[in-house]
Order: sequence, then structure tokens, then C-alpha cells
Amino acid sequence: MNNTATIGHNSPVKMTARGVNVFYGAKQAIKNVSLDVSREHVTAFIGPSGCGKSTFLRCLNRMNDTVENARVEGDIQLDGQDIYSPAMDVVQLRARVGMVFQKPNPFPKSIYENIAYGPRIHGLARTKAEFDVIVESALRKAGLWDEVKDRLGESGTAMSGGQQQRLCIARAIAVEPEVILMDEPCSALDPIATARIEELIDELRGRYAIVIVTHNMQQAARVSQRTAFFHLGTMVEYGETSAIFTNPKETRTKDYITGRYG
Amino acid sequence: MATVMPAEAAPQARTPTDWQAPDMQRRIAARYRAERNFRFLGLAALLLAGAFLVFLLGTIVRDGWSGFQRTEVQVSVTFDPAVLGVDPAAARGPDGLTILRRADWVGLMLVSANRLGPAADAVSEAAWVRLRDAVIADPALLGQTRTIWVPATSNIDLLAKGKFDLDAPAESRGVSDEEVSDWRLLAQKGLIRTGLNTTFLMEADSTDPELAGIRGAAIGSLLTLLITISIAFPIGVLSAIYLEEFAPKNRWTDFIEVSINNLAAVPSIIFGLLGLALFLNVFNMPRSAPLVGGITLALMTLPVIVIAARVAIKAVPPSIRDAALGVGASPIQVVFQHVLPLALPGILTGTIIGMARALGETAPLLLVGMRAFVTDVPQGFADPATVLPVQVFLWSDDVQRGFIEKTSAAIIVLMLVLLLMNSLAIYLRNRFERRW
Repeated sequence: MNNTATIGHNSPVKMTARGVNVFYGAKQAIKNVSLDVSREHVTAFIGPSGCGKSTFLRCLNRMNDTVENARVEGDIQLDGQDIYSPAMDVVQLRARVGMVFQKPNPFPKSIYENIAYGPRIHGLARTKAEFDVIVESALRKAGLWDEVKDRLGESGTAMSGGQQQRLCIARAIAVEPEVILMDEPCSALDPIATARIEELIDELRGRYAIVIVTHNMQQAARVSQRTAFFHLGTMVEYGETSAIFTNPKETRTKDYITGRYG
Repeated sequence: MATVMPAEAAPQARTPTDWQAPDMQRRIAARYRAERNFRFLGLAALLLAGAFLVFLLGTIVRDGWSGFQRTEVQVSVTFDPAVLGVDPAAARGPDGLTILRRADWVGLMLVSANRLGPAADAVSEAAWVRLRDAVIADPALLGQTRTIWVPATSNIDLLAKGKFDLDAPAESRGVSDEEVSDWRLLAQKGLIRTGLNTTFLMEADSTDPELAGIRGAAIGSLLTLLITISIAFPIGVLSAIYLEEFAPKNRWTDFIEVSINNLAAVPSIIFGLLGLALFLNVFNMPRSAPLVGGITLALMTLPVIVIAARVAIKAVPPSIRDAALGVGASPIQVVFQHVLPLALPGILTGTIIGMARALGETAPLLLVGMRAFVTDVPQGFADPATVLPVQVFLWSDDVQRGFIEKTSAAIIVLMLVLLLMNSLAIYLRNRFERRW
């Protein structure tokens, strides 16, 4: 089995992972995973619970650093730069590789403040006018502007779950990241809010490299152009989404997408 | 075996449960009975606790209420410069204040009190202070005659408040026949009144109950608690932040955690011994000072604040930390811009409760010398001082009858302050509590 999955089709590569192993204490959660993340596409990670797809995602912006006992081996590069090298500033990395989490987690502050926080700590704006521009453009990109423009001072936690998640996406967009990682962003949302987020992901495609972890195979099929199937800590198969869903090479992939387990 | 028991024949076939069977009905009745009994016991326990509380507060308020009142005697005073031994011209001069302060006020008081006739002894020993203060406030009084209200002795005060049982035999009622007749005489002439006890609220301790006040101890408590909070709060909160957010989880931090929990349970007098041995004997810090008392109480309060702050920090959902890290906040920014503001209400609640405990603490302060008899209101952190609970302890120990109501009055003051602090803690918790 060829464990190194490349994107092919001359697609520009944003991030590369080579021989990544992740350990939680003595337990190995990720076994020798190598793949490339396309700059222009949405990449989906699918697989049953506990397969390591979220763990791998969190390696891409070093969120695993905060996990006790977690150890990451291997080589992960962002634009050819090793993100685990001492020369990489992790704070800057997380600004360049933004993240949206499973459960909407807006700050318990105003909508405006939720968006303005990232740009403020990175010094991306100084005057109120500059912040206003950033907040409006981020909310517009997240398709939230028309819903909230009259109540920017209200708490971000007072919105509906779907709005909260789009606020979190807007918050990630506000620092102009290069990659957006989404860890099951719709798992806590109803179907209508989910559809709205999926549309949004489609709109953001091309502007940002997007990696999405999902439980929902239909969602992966709908929003992504590249799909990686994880199982028991290994990456079983990686390729174009249409190929994975219509013509999987591995039997495990086939069994999973046809609903035999998972 | 020819006959087969039905149960053996068909072990799976259970008879349908008869919910109306007498056995079942009995069980249901027993369940209801148990619940009724439990509710009754709970209610009884609550009522008993409430009754104890009402009894405690009731007796304290009953005994202490009159401590906020005092009896005064009206005397007619002629501010005769000759009796005072001052030259009226010099008293108006540049050194007038010094001259007036040195005048023979005690002599003037004696002369004035004698005008009361047989009831001259009803005037407190320190009544002359009133005369001095009146003239210093208005030097034009020199040479004039005025009626002035001066404090009565403690026994006259207690007589006026009806604290003595006058039907009891003279030798066992604690007050002499002369004092009783003095009081009757003054009352007949209308030369006696009972009003707000400003002395109690504005002065420090005294050997005479009618001159003793709570202010010295209250300021002592305030100064002590200022030291305590300014040491315990920052150290406690920073320790909690470090332990929760930054410290590696290993055997050392486990050991520190267990130690902190143990320290919170150490009897407070042990901290007093530590304060005595370390701050007084090794560092030679001033005895009886709010500085030393405050540091000692800070050591005692520290573990309480660390534990409360850790709980509050732990209660901030990890998703908030993820969110902040996810937009590129540094660990310090995560802590100070997100975790700490959200944990602050809990931290403040714990701190106020710790401070309330420190305010009510007596034992460790006795050991660092804060049980001193201090007749001045402390002016600074190194002045000799006492604190409210120690003042209560000192007065409750005093043999003079007049201190009984002062003790209860001091307890009322202490409890009002504690009530205020706990109310603030509850307010902060309700006002800033967030739900995720």
C-alpha cells in the first residue's frame, strides 16, 4: 500500500505531511500518515470515531501542543516550512492556519469583539475604522453580516447554534489565514444550519485552503474535492472525492462508505 | 417421580405481576411512609437549626443593642479661667491651643460636678474631655457658663438602661445604694438622658466601659485585612493560574496540590505560632502590629484562595481556550484575556469568603501580640492594634459589668461586617456568573 498520497493533477500544494506519527503517552493514535493539502480545494478527512482524523487535523496547526503527553513525529510543512521546527512561531502558525471547532465556541463577548479579537492581538488594525472594515468583511464572507449588522454589540453566545458556528468561521477569517481547519463543524447543528455552513465552505473554497473533518460521508461528498479515509490511526486511502466515493481502491474504504461499519 | 412441580415444569413461565396484590400495596404504602418521614425529619432539622440561629442572634441583639446607647448627665459649667489656670488673653494668642490643652480640665470638672450635690459621683472620670473639646472648638466659651452633657459612669448608665434588678439585696445586685439614689435624683431633676453612643463608635478601647469604643479594633481589622488581601490575593491567584494553566502534571505538582489542600485544613493557631517564630523572633517585626497580623492571616488565607481560584479556572470551558489559541493567542493572552476574566467572579467569591474567615480569626492574632490593650486608634500598619474578634474576646473576659453589652455590641458590628462581605460574595457570584 502506498502510504504517501499526493494530490496530482498539478494542484498547488499548501501543506505537506510526511511520515506523521502521534502518540498519547504510550498509545499511538496516528501511524505513519503522509498526505498533501491542496491550496485550492476542500480536503475532507473521513472515518469512524476514534480513527485519528481529528488528531491529525490538530497536528496541522499544532493544537496538540496543548494536550498533555501528546508527541508528534514526522514532518509537516506549510509552504515548505517545517511547522514543528524551533524556528516556527506557534502563535503565528495558528494565525496562518485557523481553526473552527466541533462545538461553536464564540467568546462570551460581543459579536464585534469576537471578530476584532484576532486582528487586535496580531496588530492587523489600529483605528476603529480599520477594525470596522475587518469586522464587516469577515462577517460578510461568513454570510452573517445581514443577520447581525444591527446587533454587533450583542453577545456572541446569544445567537443560534448555526449563527454561532458561522461567527466562529468569521472569527477565523478575520485574521486572514491561509488554511482553515474545520473539526466536524456541523456535528452540533441542525440540517438547515448545516446546509448553510456547507454553502459557506463552498464560497470560501479557493480563497483559503480548507481541511474539514466530518463524520458525515454525504457531507464530505458534497463539500470536498479531495477525501482521505482514516481507519485505526492509519490513512487508508486518499484521492479525489469522486473517485473515493464511486470507485474506492481499498476494501476497507468501500466497506465504510457503503455503510458496512463506522 | 410421577408428579412434577409446575415451577419445574415450566421455569420460564412467570405469573403476571399482580400490581393490586396486598403485598404490593403494603410495599407502596411503606415507600410513601418512608418519604413522609424523611421530609418530616428534614423539616424538623431545619426548624431546629433556625431556632438555634434565632436564639443566638436574639440574645446578642438583646444584650448588645444598649451598647450603642449611652447615658449622659447634664452639668452646668462655668468656664472660669482662674479655675482652669489660663490667661484668657494668652489663650486667644498664637499658642492658644497648647495652653488650652494643658489647662486644668479635671479641676474644672470636679468643681462643676460638685454642683450636682450628692450625685457628683455619677459623672464619668473622663468627663473633663468634653469640657476641653467644647472650649477648643469654641474658645469664646472662656468665662461663660453653659450646660454641657457629659458621660455618666458605667453603673449610672446601666441603671438608666434598666440592667440592674433593684429588688435584689444590695450586696448581690452589683450596684450600691448610693449609685441608685444618685440615679433617682438625677432622673427626678431631668438631668439625665440616653442617646446614641458616639464614644463606642468613634473611640478605641478603655478600662472604663463607658469610654470604651470599637473604632480602634475596627480600624485594626481593616488595616490587617488590607495587608492580608494585598498579599494573599495576587500570590494565590498567580499560583492557581500557574498550577492550572502552565505547570506540568507530574509528581511534584501532585505533591504541591496535596500540600495546599492540607494547609487549608491546618488549625489557624499553627499559623499564629509560625508568625510568632518567624516574623517576630527572626525578622524582628513590630509586635501587635497589623503588618504582622496581616501577613500571618495571609498565610492562613492563601490556600483557601488558591483552591477557590483553581476551581474557578477549571470551570472555564476548554473550548474558550481552544478558541483563543485557534486565532493565534499566546498562552499568556489566553489566560489574561479569556480565562481570568471568566474565572474572576468565582475567584472573588472565594477570596471574599477567605477574607471573611480571616476577619473572624482570633487565635493566630493572639500569638503575634494583637491582644494588646490599645487605647488609640491605630494610624498605620506598624502601630499597636487589635482586631474586632480579639476585642470581643478581651471584653468578654473583663469583670466589669458594663462590658457585657459592649461585648455583644462588638459582636453585632463584627457580624454586620461579615454579613456585608458574604452578601457581596453572593452578589458577585449571581451578577457575573455565566452559563455556556
